[in-house]
Amino acid sequence: MSKPIVTYDEVTKSFGDVEVLKGINLDIMPSEKVAVIGPSGSGKTTLIRMLMTLEQPTDGAIIVDGENLWQMEEKGRLVDADEKHLSKVRGDIGMVFQHFNLFPHMTILENCMMAPVQVQKEDKKSARKRSIEMLEKVGLGDKLDNFPNQLSGGQKQRVAMARALVMRPKIMLFDEVTSALDPELVEEVLEVIRDIALEGEMAMVLVTHEMEFALDIADRVLFLDDGVIAESGTPSEVIEHSQNERLQSFLRRFRS
Amino acid sequence: MRGMGITLTVLGGSIILGYLMAFIAGFCRLSNNTFIRKFTGFYVEIFRGTSLIVQLFWFSYALPMLFGIELGSDLVAGILAISLNYGAYMSEIVRGSILSVSNGQTEAGIALNLTPFQRMRYVIFPQALRMMLPEFGNYLIQMLKATSLISLIGMTDVLYYGNLLRSSNLAIESTVYLFILIFFFIIALPLIFLTRKLEEISKKGVET
Ligand SMILES: Nc1ncnc2c1ncn2[C@@H]1O[C@H](COP(=O)(O)OP(=O)(O)OP(=O)(O)O)[C@@H](O)[C@H]1O
Ligand SMILES: [Mg+2]
Repeated sequence: MSKPIVTYDEVTKSFGDVEVLKGINLDIMPSEKVAVIGPSGSGKTTLIRMLMTLEQPTDGAIIVDGENLWQMEEKGRLVDADEKHLSKVRGDIGMVFQHFNLFPHMTILENCMMAPVQVQKEDKKSARKRSIEMLEKVGLGDKLDNFPNQLSGGQKQRVAMARALVMRPKIMLFDEVTSALDPELVEEVLEVIRDIALEGEMAMVLVTHEMEFALDIADRVLFLDDGVIAESGTPSEVIEHSQNERLQSFLRRFRS
Repeated sequence: MRGMGITLTVLGGSIILGYLMAFIAGFCRLSNNTFIRKFTGFYVEIFRGTSLIVQLFWFSYALPMLFGIELGSDLVAGILAISLNYGAYMSEIVRGSILSVSNGQTEAGIALNLTPFQRMRYVIFPQALRMMLPEFGNYLIQMLKATSLISLIGMTDVLYYGNLLRSSNLAIESTVYLFILIFFFIIALPLIFLTRKLEEISKKGVET
């Protein structure tokens, strides 16, 4: 068996006095597709934001590809990671946000090219070529010079995915990427995610309310409830055969 | 007309130094260093809390008299007072605009692994600048108006010569002031035009 690409080891997170995550233990394998479901406020977003280094865990450790993400060794002691350490480790991780967060002052192409050129020091020509290919792949090859505010929500979200993908992450995080979209635009975005998933090599963590979709592409489903992973297993184990009372009522609310 | 040179020099100097001050102080107020932040905050409050006329007198009379600090000339004193005063006001625009760029933009920058400097340089600042431009334009025109105050510290600007002319020949009083009015308006025109342009530029490529 190969080693996990990400490990959560007894990770907790509190905001003030409120303990939002209460001891998360989780292994994610390379190329594994993990769907995270759960009621609003159960900590799904917080769970993946900690991996993207947008939120610091209160306790515990997150290991990415063998490296401790939030801590580093200094004179033989573990100390909080500095920006340099964080930037080294998070290079493997990409994220797509609920509200796209495209850069409004740049064209679609510039949105995609900027990080490969600035962060990975790729030369402009090749970054441009790869960005165009990626934008074509998500069906936006004809919008290269448009600005984000000239696109529909579904198109924006597809740009956001292309922008993350050109960085060639080993792990991609998706935080309810369709929930800010008009219903008729959801399918085009799910379609792209499905394509990426089928290519296979990247690990993916999807926080989603799209049950059917999760069932379809995930290798594993986590049910997060009240700050703990209350259920974990294959989609059919979790969604169809679980005995967990709270999970059942959560699913029932969805189906109605 | 005599005095034009002085008025334009003070205006030009104040504009350049004023904006420079605005950016320096604006960024300092966002610094992680508490001392820098507090110190700049103090400067901004002092200059916003007292009137420009008082500052003009301080720079040209009080400083040399009380502390023996000579600024060299009235010209320097005038430019310093005006640019420090407007720099203080405009630094608030710089600071406010940078803070008002949504947090999601910073987070997207982190997710792409940009360094803090790159996030400021390529993501936050260009967007903040678009918000600053229209307000900067308005301050341009205000700065022009403020330059007429320098006749009060004895500088020989347009208004000073106007007053001189008027007292030597009362008959042309209204004509003189009309000329001064027209003079200021003619300088203001390109500034107003520039402001409009800045507003147009800033409308492009903003978040919707
Ligand atoms: N920055 C913050 N400061 C304080 N409380 C926070 C912060 N971020 C999240 N929380 C709280 O943590 C809890 C978990 O939030 P989180 O966003 O992770 O939930 P979620 O499962 O993603 O919910 P949803 O389905 O509504 O997106 C919520 O009660 C939320 O109010
Ligand atoms: Mg959430």
